[in-house]
Amino acid sequence: MAVATENTKTYREAIRETLIEEMEKNPNVFLMGEDIGRYQGTFRVTQGLFDKFKESRVLDTPISEPGIVGMAIGAAMVGLRPVVEMMTMSFSILALDQIINHAAKIHYMTGGQATVPLIVRGPGGAANQLSAQHSHSMEGWYAHCPGLKVVAPSTPMCVQGLLRQALVDQNPVIFTENPGLYGVKGELSSDPDFKIPFGKARIAREGKDLSLIAYSRMVHVCLAVAEELAKQGIDVEVVDVRSLLPLDTETIYNSVRKTHRAVVVYEDWKSGGFGSEIAARIGEDCFDDLDAPVGRVGGLNVPMPYSRVLELECIPNEADVLAAVQKIG
Amino acid sequence: MANQAKPEITETPAQLTEFYRQMLLIRHFEEKCNQIYRTGKAGGYLHVYIGMEATAVGWISCLKIGWDYVITAYRDHAQPILMGSDPVALMAEIMGRQGGTSRGKGGSMHLYDIEKGFFGGWGIVGGHVPLGAGLALGSKYKGEDRVTLCFLGDGASNAGVFFETLNMAALWDLPVVFIIENNEFAMGTRLEYHAADTELHKRGYPFGMKHERVDGMDLIQVRRDAKRIIDEVRETQKPMLIEVMNYRFSGHGAADNDRQLYRTKEEEELNMKRDPIARLEKILEDMKIMNREKMEAIDEEIQAQVEEIYEKADASPHPEKHEVYDHVYSDMEPEKGH
Repeated sequence: MAVATENTKTYREAIRETLIEEMEKNPNVFLMGEDIGRYQGTFRVTQGLFDKFKESRVLDTPISEPGIVGMAIGAAMVGLRPVVEMMTMSFSILALDQIINHAAKIHYMTGGQATVPLIVRGPGGAANQLSAQHSHSMEGWYAHCPGLKVVAPSTPMCVQGLLRQALVDQNPVIFTENPGLYGVKGELSSDPDFKIPFGKARIAREGKDLSLIAYSRMVHVCLAVAEELAKQGIDVEVVDVRSLLPLDTETIYNSVRKTHRAVVVYEDWKSGGFGSEIAARIGEDCFDDLDAPVGRVGGLNVPMPYSRVLELECIPNEADVLAAVQKIG
Repeated sequence: MANQAKPEITETPAQLTEFYRQMLLIRHFEEKCNQIYRTGKAGGYLHVYIGMEATAVGWISCLKIGWDYVITAYRDHAQPILMGSDPVALMAEIMGRQGGTSRGKGGSMHLYDIEKGFFGGWGIVGGHVPLGAGLALGSKYKGEDRVTLCFLGDGASNAGVFFETLNMAALWDLPVVFIIENNEFAMGTRLEYHAADTELHKRGYPFGMKHERVDGMDLIQVRRDAKRIIDEVRETQKPMLIEVMNYRFSGHGAADNDRQLYRTKEEEELNMKRDPIARLEKILEDMKIMNREKMEAIDEEIQAQVEEIYEKADASPHPEKHEVYDHVYSDMEPEKGH
């Protein structure tokens, strides 16, 4: 275990501190969302920000997701930099028209006249018995849509680097957090210029026998599996995709070309989830490098149930990943 | 209506002549659009402004062009013409050409001239309304005294996001005028079949927003109301909901060629007697600003101007195939290939 330093922060703190840092630098950055101000944020990500930046820059909104995102788009078109919090990414479904049919298309439809430097961020994926309507993994839906950039960080440092990048990007960015990661601790960079460019995957663990490819919370599941397999003498590489759109196929392919075996792990519904896209690409472009079919581990294709027993059954875990690894030999 | 008495005319002869030319330019531009749609030079969906000219001319003429913001739905040809956009680029866009305002990526429903303050040009009914409030949020945030005009149709006033936006605009005191252009039809559905209360301006009431119904056919009256309302919103920095009563003489879109499905010929003829251009012509004549001969000469001149706009637009090439990848992002290319 690494020793904690003053730069050791939780995932939640990494989001908050990066927002503060950028808001102090850039007066055009402001926050909008439900209960983000006086109530301090449902997941406490924005705790303290209302007192610090006042209501002109931390806007408590009505419960009107399409209205919130639409207004943020308008403000972004005239040079502001709104950061919209979705209380959970499941609620962004209400704002799909604004995100997909407006924000993502504006630069294109205007022939480059307008830009939309907008961030929509919030927790996506299962938390703890939030059941069917609050547990969606939305990143695959958004990564399907040209014009958006979509990231899903797994560590505090990834949060720091990707959010700093999102806050200077001129395009709409979907920043997917995971409720299960908010308390995860890690080191932040002390370099004030540190950023992670979009479209750069990370090798979370080097190995030579097998590639586990994941993003967000599933990276941690894969790392645990890698430790387990190491005991059996299997040297696993874990690729943290972290940016879905644009996607760093080069890093993924290089890993597969080294290990010749790949399992893609994602929390979203297995069928048609973003992991299917990654698996298809590996099959299409790395067929001759593969010693086995590309494996996939995804969430069960059912609505998320309330029962903790059933919920845990839905979310991919270490045993599921181990089984998939065994299946491809 | 707010004011039933005939408004006093304070515009100068030069101003009235200019407004006359603007209305004729819109009328003939739109007629040309309908024509090129029929000949296949324009495709997709195309919605003309014929019959509603006094509304756009009246309201836009009361703005500070280059400072104030305007946003509208898909019936969007008139506003940018009036805000000084190059009509050749607009026509070229309607024809999907490289010389278009969006280089052929937008089309008739998606015209933009951001430099002039014209923010489109949107195809999802009601979807642009929060964007309009967002423009106003932007100017308020920066402490500027801009006013945003957000045009929408009577049909759009039933969209959920419209009500969400009214609430937020009132809650945050945003300097935006929501202008419902009530032309009596949501596509092919008559007002009384789509609105529980046909006085749409009342929809501002539950949000504590000032609201009123005004005329949209008599240019002089339109300008009186527009100036008063825009001045008030600039001064108070609070939103207003205005219902402008007008009537579209043409179908919903260029592809709507069976208007008798939703209105009778008699009704149309009755309404066409309210033609805003004919009304202004009467004023010009009564005030002895010009005679019928002069009007006909101007009309011919504008028709020739529109022909020239069309010819120049038609000379613009179609986009190069590789341009399909331009402007998906401001700073990177999308993935290429099928």
